[in-house]
Amino acid sequence: MYNIPIEFYLVLSAVMFAIGVTGVLIRRNAIVIFMCIELMLNSANLTLVAFSSYLGNSIGQIFVFFVMTVAAAEAAVGLAIIIAIFRNKLNVNIDEMNIFKW
Amino acid sequence: MNLEILLFIIFAACALTAAILMITRKNPVISAVFLILNFFSLAGLYLLLNAQFIAIVEIIVYAGAIMVLFLFVLMLLNQRSEESILKNKKPFKIFAVFIAAIVLCQILYIIFFSKPSAGLDPQLQTSIESGTVQKIGHELYTNYILPFESAGFLLLAATIGALVLAKKKFE
Repeated sequence: MYNIPIEFYLVLSAVMFAIGVTGVLIRRNAIVIFMCIELMLNSANLTLVAFSSYLGNSIGQIFVFFVMTVAAAEAAVGLAIIIAIFRNKLNVNIDEMNIFKW
Repeated sequence: MNLEILLFIIFAACALTAAILMITRKNPVISAVFLILNFFSLAGLYLLLNAQFIAIVEIIVYAGAIMVLFLFVLMLLNQRSEESILKNKKPFKIFAVFIAAIVLCQILYIIFFSKPSAGLDPQLQTSIESGTVQKIGHELYTNYILPFESAGFLLLAATIGALVLAKKKFE
């Protein structure tokens, strides 16, 4: 029935999370960093759905639904902030967003 | 080798390849397209896990709505290439990969140390029933009505916040 042990999904999710962490650290474009955060959220969602399916109750999937809602809100607000920064500095490179250092 | 394992390998390889290509491509638009490919592979994995509702929502909300928003902003903001910035940051990149490897080792240690499959008794019938639109909708409108309404309020607040932030003219 279930030929795949749940560890396969968990390891896949862990590797995707690590790729997301690498992306956040090596990329300098704020929008790409946002996309890497979405990747990390999705890897967490994969873990939740895997446990939900293997346990046979739907609470994990409801949680994933709320994570998606929060991700949508976060993307909207984050992109608005990026547009505001772009208006101010004319680029979205995070190395040049050091105004807090003054 | 049966079909379930074969499909898992195909979708997992597709998701990982898309994720790696996403963080290594210089052009942000190509990164966004690879992220959409990653979302589609994840939707396939969700279907493999009998989570039909989440699979469809993944495609509609993530690949359809959020990524279109990202692509709009990417194409709206005229950006210069990232290449010149990354060129003289080689030690920093190696350090970043090292940090990510440490995070991965920690998560893998937890996964294999805690033996998650030991207490699980997967039943196909309950698994299929738990992922249907009917079951999740019933749960959302009965037991989880307060979080559901809060999520709606959060989306309203995010809409207003995004509008205010994007309209405001910084001096």
